[in-house]
Amino acid sequence: MKNKSIGDYLRRFSVPLMFVIICLICAPISGLSPNYLINEIVTRIGRNAFLILSLLIPIMAGMGLNFSMTLGAMAGEIGLILVSDWQIVGIPGMILAMIVSIPISTLLGLFCGKVLNMAKGREMITSYIISFFINGIYQLVVLYLMGPVIPIVHSTIKLPRGYGIRNTVSLLSMRQHLDNLIPLNIMGVKIPVATFIVIFLLCLVIIWFRKTKLGQDMRAVGQDMDVSRDAGIDVERTRIISMILSTVFAGIGMIIYLQNMGNIATYSSHSQIGMFCIAALLVGGASVDKASIGNVFLGIILFHTMFIVAPKAGTVITGDSMIGEYFRVFVSYAVITVALIMYETNKRKNKSKAGMQLALDQEQEEANG
Amino acid sequence: MEKAPLLEMRNIKKDFNGNQVLSDINITLREGEVIGLCGENGAGKSTLMKILFGADVIRETGGYGGDILINNEKVSFQSPFDAIAAGIGMVHQEFSLIPGFKATENILLNRESKKKSILSDLFSDRLDTLDRNEMNRIAQEAIQQMGVNIDKDMVINDMPVGHKQFTEIARELSKKQLKILILDEPTAVLTEKEAEALLDSIRGMSKRGIAVIFITHRLGEILSVCDRVVTMRDGYVVNETPASETSIPEITSWMVGRDVADTGSSYVTEDIGKDKRTILSIKKLWVDMPGETVRNVNLDVREGEILGIGGLAGQGKLGIPKGIMGLCNAGGEINFDGQDIPLNDPRKCLDASFAFVAEDRRNVGLLLDESLEWNVSFPAMQVQDKYLKKYFGGLIKWRDDEAIKKVTAKYIDELKVKCTSTKQKARELSGGNQQKICLAKAFALNPKLLFVSEPTRGIDVGAKALVLDALKKLNKEQGVTIVMVSSELEELRQTCDRIAIVSGGKVSGILPAGEKLEKFGELMLMNC
Repeated sequence: MKNKSIGDYLRRFSVPLMFVIICLICAPISGLSPNYLINEIVTRIGRNAFLILSLLIPIMAGMGLNFSMTLGAMAGEIGLILVSDWQIVGIPGMILAMIVSIPISTLLGLFCGKVLNMAKGREMITSYIISFFINGIYQLVVLYLMGPVIPIVHSTIKLPRGYGIRNTVSLLSMRQHLDNLIPLNIMGVKIPVATFIVIFLLCLVIIWFRKTKLGQDMRAVGQDMDVSRDAGIDVERTRIISMILSTVFAGIGMIIYLQNMGNIATYSSHSQIGMFCIAALLVGGASVDKASIGNVFLGIILFHTMFIVAPKAGTVITGDSMIGEYFRVFVSYAVITVALIMYETNKRKNKSKAGMQLALDQEQEEANG
Repeated sequence: MEKAPLLEMRNIKKDFNGNQVLSDINITLREGEVIGLCGENGAGKSTLMKILFGADVIRETGGYGGDILINNEKVSFQSPFDAIAAGIGMVHQEFSLIPGFKATENILLNRESKKKSILSDLFSDRLDTLDRNEMNRIAQEAIQQMGVNIDKDMVINDMPVGHKQFTEIARELSKKQLKILILDEPTAVLTEKEAEALLDSIRGMSKRGIAVIFITHRLGEILSVCDRVVTMRDGYVVNETPASETSIPEITSWMVGRDVADTGSSYVTEDIGKDKRTILSIKKLWVDMPGETVRNVNLDVREGEILGIGGLAGQGKLGIPKGIMGLCNAGGEINFDGQDIPLNDPRKCLDASFAFVAEDRRNVGLLLDESLEWNVSFPAMQVQDKYLKKYFGGLIKWRDDEAIKKVTAKYIDELKVKCTSTKQKARELSGGNQQKICLAKAFALNPKLLFVSEPTRGIDVGAKALVLDALKKLNKEQGVTIVMVSSELEELRQTCDRIAIVSGGKVSGILPAGEKLEKFGELMLMNC
């Protein structure tokens, strides 16, 4: 039925292609060694993949790009702050932080899902605003309640005034513990094997999840809520579950991300994480209603290669290192904007196609007499 | 002794807000029997089927009167799921399929075969994995039962319309408990060959003991496949006959069947306007309006006439004004008074002095939260700069509240709108009065050509007469050409000079309003 021309493919993969070209141009100019580049990319795959994978489930359920994955990131941070105050170190510390974060993420995901059920069709903008709202509550908790209400003992974490959390919380005690759990070094490239195993497991879970009844329900709900409801699927509940899963995975992903970084920027770590993850996913060729695991990895590689080479290339060309920093932020917003516009135009194009078909039928009919 | 009937509907009654739509309906259905249900739009067929299927809308509007018995046991369905559990299946006019799913997945939607896994014991059975092989087997079986071959692995989006319809039927057949299948105009979207296959498949079902209620406008199909024909009109069952003892003309006359001689006097019986010049000519018009597609319409409207456009629901009559006014994607040529009017540009139509009263008055017709004054004057103000005071040579325009109030009061008086003042909000008026405001809004534009879609839908008899009289008056006194679209043939006949009947998206014929009802009936069923 469908004859897909080369043009169709080019249009579909236009964003990844654009990035391949940018990377190919910038990489030689930046003068970075291939070895350094590969090392950086491998590190960033380990750091970001889990977070970006958490975006897949809401897309499957037709709720678009989950800007409120920031909520999960905040829950993860709270877990880590508490665990580092309890001075539980290394892998056990990470696991405990995850355990602490899960109930918080679940509650936040539940709240978010309920709100999004009231705003069907406008999920993305709503989830974006929710993330700002919850950020306010997070600041209240971290800045005022930690200390007087939630006991915080160690002064290295506390602000000098006696309550609230410092701007940066050091995670030296668990820095790259997961990454280095199984050390492996291939030709000078350090590979975080344990982290990769965790990511691989999540990929398996997602693949398995697609085959479950719940996954099937989510796909159905994502495509047509009314038909699903008529078939007896509990649409609201299914959507809420997808939000909860996404938020919980985002929380765990944030903990993996921060153990690699080695410290928490208490008030800003989470603020742009959603934006960068979504941009990376879109760069990988995903769209608002369709994303795969392949998109995640392609996206990380392309987006972060650009992240690494573009500032360097910018510095080489203009002599100003700020230009590269400016460029990376600019590009992430641009990618998201382009993806959203493409989503809308595709919808409109499908509509006008029906009209063209009518005109064509009419012509044929006349030709036949 | 004869077995008790499978389904018995006794004295079914239903009203919507005091508006009686079904009265004393008695229908029985035996195992393996096929009955054809026919009637005009609004005869009550759909409402009756909704009652049988336990649709939410029935309960929300106060339930129904009478009893439904299945196997001699009284049932009362709280939701369609209860009806499904009791063995009733329904194939709706609109497809209820997931577009990106394969046929198999749609056939077994939410009834998938599952395999247990460890996690499903821990959490819920929604974590069972799907058993694709078993699903394929069941789907294939249902498709075979249907007797029409469709590809179970094809995604719905890629299917021709007919196959989508068959997928829906296969879904119902795959339900083990199915005893009664309701088919609501299943052949409307099928090609002749596919329709033939469907009829064969209905015969097959009937042999296996499934009873079928078959609703269609194609009367030939009813005669060829049904055991009995039930004809409904205005909420009553007017006739019930074995299919072998009747004919298409007979059924048609039962369907439209009012007493023609009774009201004949007020009709325009002859084509009186042959010498009038054509003011609007429509050529090769197509309109992509979902559910009301228009295909290749050629139509000439004469100056100063009232032209009616009639036809059954979903045949495209509503699409014609929407396409011309630029509200739906359209193509073709429109010529008004020697001037070409571009399509898909509402402003150009309004500039050419067209006005349109849409059928959907609450969403398109009115600014519900604004005063009547604003509602009446808004389009005229926007399009024609009326009711504005101009200063500095038109550089600054100020609203002329005095003039707005005056004109609103004038129309309220003329159309007998029941309201507290010209400042009342449009939302607070009743349906009939809202419709009058919609008309006033269009009248305030002083149009040369007025389109009205379903002007009397959902309003009471008194308001109906007023609205129709207002249209006639406008036509007579100011010579405005009116194109009126309505699904009520009777109302068209009383108001219009000529009536064009649309069927299958095309104009199947134009008749003087006083022509015999049977002729209209034939035209209505010609292409659908």
